Amino acid sequence: MDVEHHAPPPPSGPVPWDKDFAFRLLADMLRIRRMEEKSAELYGAGKIRGFLHLYIGEEAVAVGALHALQPQDNVVATYREHGHALVRGLSMNSIMAEMFGKREGCAKGRGGSMHLFDAATRFYGGNAIVGGGLPLAAGLALAAKLRNEDRVTACFFGDGAVAEGAFHEALNLAALWKLPVLFCCENNLYGMGTAIERAEAQTDLCVKAGSYGMAALSCDGMDIVDVHEKTREAAARVRAGEGPLFVEYRTYRFRAHSMFDAELYRAKAEVEEWKTRGPIHTFTARLKAEGKLAEEEFLALDAAAMKEVEDAVAYAEAGSWEPVEEMLADVTTPPEAAP
Amino acid sequence: MTRRLSYREAMREAMREALQNDPRVFLMGEDVGRYGGTYAFSKGFLDEFGPERIRDTPLSELGFVGAGIGAALGGLRPIVEVMTVNFSLLALDQIVNSAALLRHMSGGQFPVPLVIRMCTGAGRQLAAQHSHSFEGWYAHIPGIKVLAPATIEDARGMLAPALADPDPVVIFEHCGLFNVEGELPDNGDDCAVDIASAKVRRAGKDVAIITYGGCLPKALAAAETLAQDGISAEVLDLRVLRPLDDAAIAAAVAKCRRVVVVDENWKSGGLAAEIVARIVEHAFFELDAPVARVCAEEVPIPYAKHLEEAALPQPDKIVAAVKGLFA
Repeated sequence: MDVEHHAPPPPSGPVPWDKDFAFRLLADMLRIRRMEEKSAELYGAGKIRGFLHLYIGEEAVAVGALHALQPQDNVVATYREHGHALVRGLSMNSIMAEMFGKREGCAKGRGGSMHLFDAATRFYGGNAIVGGGLPLAAGLALAAKLRNEDRVTACFFGDGAVAEGAFHEALNLAALWKLPVLFCCENNLYGMGTAIERAEAQTDLCVKAGSYGMAALSCDGMDIVDVHEKTREAAARVRAGEGPLFVEYRTYRFRAHSMFDAELYRAKAEVEEWKTRGPIHTFTARLKAEGKLAEEEFLALDAAAMKEVEDAVAYAEAGSWEPVEEMLADVTTPPEAAP
Repeated sequence: MTRRLSYREAMREAMREALQNDPRVFLMGEDVGRYGGTYAFSKGFLDEFGPERIRDTPLSELGFVGAGIGAALGGLRPIVEVMTVNFSLLALDQIVNSAALLRHMSGGQFPVPLVIRMCTGAGRQLAAQHSHSFEGWYAHIPGIKVLAPATIEDARGMLAPALADPDPVVIFEHCGLFNVEGELPDNGDDCAVDIASAKVRRAGKDVAIITYGGCLPKALAAAETLAQDGISAEVLDLRVLRPLDDAAIAAAVAKCRRVVVVDENWKSGGLAAEIVARIVEHAFFELDAPVARVCAEEVPIPYAKHLEEAALPQPDKIVAAVKGLFA
């Protein structure tokens, strides 16, 4: 491997949260981890098909960032979005049912793993065209601005999207029109199998975003404290009308890109090094060291996550298939209902 | 009482009415504001409605069409103007992969009430990169409606129902029609038309000429010539390219038993091919002759006037095609 990607030093310093809040964030990371592990297993068993992109290793980003938002905010995500959907408030039942292709899923089984949607929590997908969500986010923010709504639009995308024209067009529009968008770049150092150094002439993504005249900051995506604190501050600035803001989360995907990836493009030692910086166990260790978390409490949180997964799988198994006769519904408004 | 106005004025009036009637409506696109619109469709709008609602964009088709989709999701009713269909190819990803799919893919949760208007077609010596007709591509896509106003009545009346539609609507305005004039009822009368049906623009009995958009005046001219030769041609204006009005097409075939399809798109894999296929599938035994097509020649539209004219459907080509069915 021509480029080595070393993990940052372990997080240090006190966790600036009360026990209740820290537990909620730890619990959400565990819920994602257990759901994703189960999804991989169910993929092997043929229950989940299509493409499946796991979020294992990156949990601190979705959990830390989404807990910095408010219920009225918009969220736009990518095809690696199970975790975002879950933290945003979709039930694990509806996510699992969607991955099973059941009509009880959050998109009636029509979208699958890459296309989770939920109007109630303003979760706008589940976009599987890399970069495709960014212009949508600019438009959602434009609507909020023109309607004088207190609404931040958080748009998640990976480092791969930064090479797309949509990234540059959306950042330019958002900055030009001072739109309330929080651009959340999950830089896991690889666009599928292509290392960022092999894809970007400028690998400092904050320089790229900053060139559009918006504030850009970077944080340790393996450290949930850093993720949450910086995102909270960034979201407050966007909400206050400062215009868009770019946050880079430097993170790492522990598993393959999708279930079809032999991982020929990165060294095992690199993956192992980053795993030592896993967001769940480092946060757990910090909480324990501060006396905020006992082993029994951790086990209880983990057991609750596993129980939720077990229930979600049962829910998805018991779900039904959308009748083929209904397949064409929602392509467009039926003529009789049209004006 | 009626009054006379141009296609351009009719479209401008329709947009102005929409902006006046619904605060959710706004216009966005390249040079729609200070410049007054590339084709002067929005002249004066910036002063009347302000820069928030008459929004000049950078040369950024993918970005601002996508932003239109997002704004529609966010509760507004955007009219996004793309300067020409040629430039819309830069935004095709957002139109196809987002606007058209979101409603179904989200299990019905996220309809996209967006109107995209664009100029289409050749005939003004703008050469190959500004003379395309891609209506057929757009009509290929489930999830969007495709309109082709070819008359003053439709230029004035199609926008309101398009904005009221909960789904994305793409409106193709042929550049050759902008200065065409016609009669409309006085302002204040309801101008809205349906966006579901095809319309017979000239009744006839011997041959059905099926067409739309910029080819409609050419088809009507051909029908006039044919009438002098004793052939009674019916001219059916499709108006709505997706979904097609199959009943109107079938009725024209059953009535006239001979059909010529006229379409400025290229023949191969084009909209005319789809129409012919439907006729063959559903009305084959009504036909007294094979169906003929008059389409653009399979060539990038040339600049030189004589070549451009030769590359496009023209009244004399339509007349020849009709006469070929009676040979």
